[in-house]
Amino acid sequence: MEAMFLLIAISLVFVVAIGAAFWWAIFAGQFDDSDSAGKSILGDEDENSGAPPKSHDGDVVGKKE
Amino acid sequence: MSTSGTMAGQPETFNYGVVRQFTIMTIFWGIVGMGVGVLIAAQLIWPELNFNTPWLSYGRLRPVHTNTVIFAFGGTALFATSYYVVQRTCQVRLFSDKLAAFTFWGWQLALFAGFFTLPMGFTTTKEYAEYEWPIDILIALVWVSYAVVFFGTIAKRRVKHIYVANWFYGSYILTIAVLHIFNNIEIPVSLWKSYSAYAGVQDAMVQWWYGHNAVGFFLTTSFLGMMYYFVPKQADRPIYSYRLSIVHFWALAFTYMWAGPHHLHYTSLPDWTQALGMVFSLILLAPSWGGMINGIMTVSGAWHKLRTDPILKFLVTALSFYGMATFEGSMMSIRTVNALSHYTDWTVGHVHVGALGWVAMITFGSFYYMIPRLYGRSSMASIKQVELHFWLATIGVVLYISSMWVAGVMQGLMWRATGADGTLTYSFVEGVSATYPLYAIRLLGGLFFLSGMFVMAWNTYRTIKGQPKPNPVVYKYNPDSTDPALVGPAIPQPVPAAAKVVA
Repeated sequence: MEAMFLLIAISLVFVVAIGAAFWWAIFAGQFDDSDSAGKSILGDEDENSGAPPKSHDGDVVGKKE
Repeated sequence: MSTSGTMAGQPETFNYGVVRQFTIMTIFWGIVGMGVGVLIAAQLIWPELNFNTPWLSYGRLRPVHTNTVIFAFGGTALFATSYYVVQRTCQVRLFSDKLAAFTFWGWQLALFAGFFTLPMGFTTTKEYAEYEWPIDILIALVWVSYAVVFFGTIAKRRVKHIYVANWFYGSYILTIAVLHIFNNIEIPVSLWKSYSAYAGVQDAMVQWWYGHNAVGFFLTTSFLGMMYYFVPKQADRPIYSYRLSIVHFWALAFTYMWAGPHHLHYTSLPDWTQALGMVFSLILLAPSWGGMINGIMTVSGAWHKLRTDPILKFLVTALSFYGMATFEGSMMSIRTVNALSHYTDWTVGHVHVGALGWVAMITFGSFYYMIPRLYGRSSMASIKQVELHFWLATIGVVLYISSMWVAGVMQGLMWRATGADGTLTYSFVEGVSATYPLYAIRLLGGLFFLSGMFVMAWNTYRTIKGQPKPNPVVYKYNPDSTDPALVGPAIPQPVPAAAKVVA
């Protein structure tokens, strides 16, 4: 099954690349604050109306509005 | 055109122009690709619909349908949304307007070239990789440019955190580059004819390593990236569990690569390779459902919005179909199940749960959020038409998949039925004849789905007609700014009149 030599080699390169990317992400602090990371996009005012974005500071996941 | 920073004192603006171009073409290709699908479904009932020409024959049109809906409709939608999401989440203009423009024109050229050369009979015969070598080279150039634009934008981001959707988009871009290049290594012998560098069962293995990852990365990981931005935005709630999104992303990215052999059960592929594919396909269920749960539970606390918001209906229903398709797929990867389903219409049904239920519907929901904002509006011209589209699409999917499930299981059982003396009970043509009425139901389902696509086109036309084409100003301040001097709330600065340029 000679094609496996190619495909497994590619997969190993991917594993290394994934490992490197994950390592960088952790030490660059990408996963330090998942709460505000999730809310960050909600603060982005994209309606072109010029109004300030709604506050989501009190948002609790699962809380009924 | 400025690629970063300010231009003679003008504030930086987002590049919405290229997003608008990709958005319009997505809708065009949706109509074309699904239209061809309806035509070939009709040909299975009325074969004379090939008008006795080679260009309209089923064998040539089927890959026109698959490539157009996957790459033209799906791919263009991904370009549009990835360029939109990466800019808004990184709070920076797209890296290199020129390269982004090349990705638009190059991609459309490749799609049109494929659309015309396939009916002419120029094909590699490798599924979802039928385009011949000149188009493959163009796609490779476009794709490398896409990677440069996307990752370049992330590199020059003005916020520290890279939002999770960008991980999904980024991984899809990188893996598709590798898959496309390696599966399409071929030796040209004339302008439109080449031979694969691989042969026999080796080629089969490489082909389905590619084919399943086309599904796993081009149709799953990428659209999950889309989902992770547009579901929270439309529901106006943060992702249910940001940690889960990170964990299931890495698990998904790693596991999907190994699932390819489940397309080759009971073929001459070695047993150990088949078993490897089966095991990883089953493991894949967990990270897939991680994504589904995360998306659906984001709406937790806001379920009442589903009653009145058809965009949210699209998004949540798409996630449900995603869960269905990934569960079904894992089950079909089991060798004994596959022994019944392989080569039947159950596979076609499964494909369309994913393609219509997940991919198309998540695209519709995301586009109905994005389109108004691309043209300075806050919502589509008609919410009622969005609701109508939702019901047409849902009814279409349900008719399609239920008819194909019945057809597939029936075919599998008929093909394997043997009498007491060991001979086959049914001839193949008897199976075809028994499937006939189910093909009619499937055609009806496809017609419903296509009609929904027309409603979307009309609604979009009415939404954008006469509207300006704004490129909004990028906010100077951000709570997560990379520059400590610019940390602050992200609110619009007073904009000089000259800064709002028409694209």
